[in-house]
Amino acid sequence: MTRVVLTVAGLTLREAARRRVLLALALLTLVLLALSGWGFSRFAAESGGTLTSGEARLTASILLNLVMFGYSLIAALGTAFLAGPTLAGETESGIALAVLARPIRRSAFLLGKWLGLVTFGSVFVVLAGLSQCLVVRATVDYWPPEPATALALLAAQTTVLLTLAVLLSSVISPMASGVVAVGMFCTTWVAGVVGGIGASLDNEAVARVGSVSRVLLPTDGLWRGAMHGFQDPSALLQFGGADGEAFPFLSVAPLTWAYLAWAAVWVAMVWGLAAVSFVRRDL
Amino acid sequence: MPGGAFIDGAGTGRDDVLRDAARLVADLPPPAAAWCTGLRKRYGKRTAVDGVSLEVGRGEVVGLLGPNGAGKTTVIKMLLGLVRPDAGEVLLLGQPAAEPAARARVGYLPELFRYQPWLSAAEVLALHVRLSGAEVSAQEQRDCLELVGLAERAGDRVGGFSKGMQQRLGLAVALVARPEFVVLDEPTSALDPLGRVDVRDIVLSLKSRGIAVLLNSHLIGEVERVCDRVVILDRGRVAASGSLVELLGQHEVRLHLTGMPPAAEGRLATAGRVEREGDWFTVAFPADDEATVPDLVRDLVALGVRVHAVEPGRISLEERLLGILRDGAEEERS
Repeated sequence: MTRVVLTVAGLTLREAARRRVLLALALLTLVLLALSGWGFSRFAAESGGTLTSGEARLTASILLNLVMFGYSLIAALGTAFLAGPTLAGETESGIALAVLARPIRRSAFLLGKWLGLVTFGSVFVVLAGLSQCLVVRATVDYWPPEPATALALLAAQTTVLLTLAVLLSSVISPMASGVVAVGMFCTTWVAGVVGGIGASLDNEAVARVGSVSRVLLPTDGLWRGAMHGFQDPSALLQFGGADGEAFPFLSVAPLTWAYLAWAAVWVAMVWGLAAVSFVRRDL
Repeated sequence: MPGGAFIDGAGTGRDDVLRDAARLVADLPPPAAAWCTGLRKRYGKRTAVDGVSLEVGRGEVVGLLGPNGAGKTTVIKMLLGLVRPDAGEVLLLGQPAAEPAARARVGYLPELFRYQPWLSAAEVLALHVRLSGAEVSAQEQRDCLELVGLAERAGDRVGGFSKGMQQRLGLAVALVARPEFVVLDEPTSALDPLGRVDVRDIVLSLKSRGIAVLLNSHLIGEVERVCDRVVILDRGRVAASGSLVELLGQHEVRLHLTGMPPAAEGRLATAGRVEREGDWFTVAFPADDEATVPDLVRDLVALGVRVHAVEPGRISLEERLLGILRDGAEEERS
């Protein structure tokens, strides 16, 4: 079982490397790093002396969260569109026929694919996020309060979305699975922002939109936890306390353990559904 | 406790019983390479396979024939656990096919063959060896590629391969993990005539090494040359099955004879049904007996007949297959 899982995970990583996904992501990341580095250094140069240290930290926090959102979007798009072809594409094209006729369990094959994708997506967001933090430190001398937690949560967010993409690609076509996964990711993010606006206006019904969507698909909840780790603790006060909730690139509260546990259960549940659907499927 | 009567209290007695039992089990013939009974599969309203039972013995080459949509590929996929049967049982090399371990010694070339385009041919083989759990040395893997004529392209990406080369690679994949049972689903569909001969030679070499083969092919000549037995599927059912001799039944000989005395005509008539066209006589023998033809020729010569030519004129498998399918269609209509 372990042999099969590791072999398939290794194969998935090799596929990502050989199909130039790795190269494309690396180039995109370098461009984003260079652009943000240039932006942060201009910001430091032009606002030199005119901003208080608190204002400078607030701006750095917001900008960092904004750029990090870019990375999480790249990771989301990358992994969702990788999960489709690698699973549904292989069953559609016939590549899976010869592989699954080997003495292996389909669940082990699926776990291997998932593990490969999770490793790929997580390593990408962690490396890109860490590089971004270093660029910000070099340009505006800002270092996030909890970079490790924040990066881990970004990786968790990628894992959640990828698990959804794996489930979708075991039931619908490769192209549709990518589109639906990314669509749901964006919808949950928007719902989160809407919920934030509701909360800042004390409108409970609207605020509930955010909470419900965060339970249904934990990407936005994890993303907010990550932002909280990247932003300066004083930033929110600077922005106006609880009103900051309405702002999409600041997070009011850290994640609770209960929410993290729910995210883990969610991943296990959705993976289980994907496995059931994949095991029962006629090839 | 069952068997308690055998236990007489002495350890040696029990050892003897165990040894006898072990010998009994060892003497049992090995289980069939593949065995299935009552396989059924529906896709929506359409019944693809309807109560198919078949067996491939150890070391036997069995051909699977039938028109398009007869359910051949579905049967193969159910044997390999790729499609879940709605009903029926499958054993592969003596183990229930639902257990992945049953496929450890099974090689498979799918009809829809495609291999990871981003890997090289050698890497595809290495991947399948790892997944099969077999210990196959790098040299053996290279030999396998050489066998299918891909030794020169071992390091090239599969993405750049022609269809024929991918099918050759598929054959190597099916053979690489030391299988005891090989399933080839249309193994020559993308191959040129030379490639077809190669496949035929490979199947014959598998047969000589005692490896069982299930061959699904539209090329009836190919099946006729290499298969011990044939199973004909039609509309999801087994329309006929048996050895080639059983299926083709009668055996014909065309003879060019002159100087026929009446006694010779009588001798011909005792051999079987005779049709005459000038000096050519076609004799259909009821059974395929090795001695029938030489005896007949000897007797004819003894009767003073001049024998110019003796040609075997067997009913081809193709004619037989068409006959069975037409009969099936007529029954359906009536």
